[in-house]
Amino acid sequence: MSLTMEEQAKQVSVGSVNKVPMVKYTNVMKSFGDLEVLHGIDLEMQAGEKIALIGPSGSGKTTIGRMLMTLEEPTSGTIEVEGEHLWHVEKKGRLVRASEAHLHQMRTKIGMVFQHFNLFPHMKVLGNVTEAPRKVLGLSKEEANDRAIEMLRKVGLADKLDVYPAKLSGGQKQRVAIARALVMRPKVMVFDEVTSALDPELVGEVLAVIKEIAEEGEMAMMLITHEMDFAREVADRVIFGAEGHIVEQGPPEQIFENPQSERLQSFLKRIR
Amino acid sequence: MWDWDYALSILPRLLGALKVTLYATFWGFLLASVFGLLLAVLGRSRVKAIRMAVFGFVEFIRSTPLLVQLFFLFYSIPLLFGFSMTAFMTGVIGLGLHYSTYMSEVYRSGIDGVEKGQWEAARALNFSKARTWTSVVLPQALPPILPIMGNYLIVMFKETPLLAAITVVELLTTAKNINSMDWRPFEPYTIIGLLFLVISLLVSLLVGIMEKHLGKRHTR
Ligand SMILES: Nc1ncnc2c1ncn2[C@@H]1O[C@H](COP(=O)(O)OP(=O)(O)O)[C@@H](O)[C@H]1O
Ligand SMILES: [Mg+2]
Repeated sequence: MSLTMEEQAKQVSVGSVNKVPMVKYTNVMKSFGDLEVLHGIDLEMQAGEKIALIGPSGSGKTTIGRMLMTLEEPTSGTIEVEGEHLWHVEKKGRLVRASEAHLHQMRTKIGMVFQHFNLFPHMKVLGNVTEAPRKVLGLSKEEANDRAIEMLRKVGLADKLDVYPAKLSGGQKQRVAIARALVMRPKVMVFDEVTSALDPELVGEVLAVIKEIAEEGEMAMMLITHEMDFAREVADRVIFGAEGHIVEQGPPEQIFENPQSERLQSFLKRIR
Repeated sequence: MWDWDYALSILPRLLGALKVTLYATFWGFLLASVFGLLLAVLGRSRVKAIRMAVFGFVEFIRSTPLLVQLFFLFYSIPLLFGFSMTAFMTGVIGLGLHYSTYMSEVYRSGIDGVEKGQWEAARALNFSKARTWTSVVLPQALPPILPIMGNYLIVMFKETPLLAAITVVELLTTAKNINSMDWRPFEPYTIIGLLFLVISLLVSLLVGIMEKHLGKRHTR
């Protein structure tokens, strides 16, 4: 297949568009009342990149993830998703707070899995996974069912379609929640300590599912976690935050084998 | 004192009036349920002016007697706005508006019982505001409050004699009319008392069954 110069130029520019980071936080601050919990976060994620966010509890990891999911609004600073402002739109060269319609459109690229699953207790497993594809994406019942069943198979729960969440174990609930988020096909997904609420013997099955999803590769993942082995295995890059700052980041080997900052060294010592 | 033949002879008229009472209860309750839900949802609006307006309306309605509200609607609306409604319609609207403020409180308690995580999951899945209410919040908020709503239905049913004050020919008015014609207060008032009693007991029985049934539903 031969391409004209023009087409080649187009391809190059498409290629360079792909270099726009999937997610970019610029000097993001967040306060709750008088309490400033994030003091100017700069953070980038590339398309398909898996980052692990580690750090002591209370350091602001969840808040970072929730701001991306538009559950928490930054006090100042900007977040961009694929080069487009998440919380703002440009008007006459100035950034102004975006409308709900803009947020709605941006959220099509973002998904999240919560520590406490937040499954819909009044819907069966299949309903939990099909509700958003049907009512938000407007898929037909059959299309939504097909997509949902495919996802539930992926998380190993295709035999639980007709069961209410209350009847599932914590690990199963979390896997349904993962399927429910995946079915919307986000480009970036936040996993906020998704195994912290689980009995220890159920952690493995959930981490295995996430690992499998990570290996598929296309989706960028922000893994907020206390599971250091998991972070090391899955993440392309590990980010250590403490007290509302990003203290250190790098490839997993560097972060875990050769931590530079004293804070990270003492953190790693404490959790081992 | 009690005359069975006389009692039976007035029973058809009283049962006819019972129909009016039941219709007023039904429509009033429907209005209270719908408008109460609206108040509860608007009471959570992000717009402060809307929240304040809802709060003001609720406080105002609750701080004035239903009887006064009925008189106001019946006698003042035609003067102020130049149109009049039938006594029955006025009564339904009065009952409905009055009880909507109590219903909104009931809804609020149900809505507050829905975990914050449910709203967040809905947002993460990109549900619209309306869809979040209909798919996620209300299906969880309503079942637990159905018994309380049932109790308000009974309370409202027992308040319908107030409509007599604005010339609605319901049970009480009918009993009064019979009494003033025949000079026999005992049978008509006893019968309407019994009718109120039987129907209230019946509804509360249903509410009890419903409550038991709800207790057995799937929970988190
Ligand atoms: N909604 C909130 N209101 C007030 N304070 C909050 C809220 N959410 C988080 N915080 C505070 O912000 C800080 C960071 O919290 P969080 O992002 O949950 O940290 P992490 O996930 O790293 O444990 C904590 O001190 C926490 O108490
Ligand atoms: Mg957290």
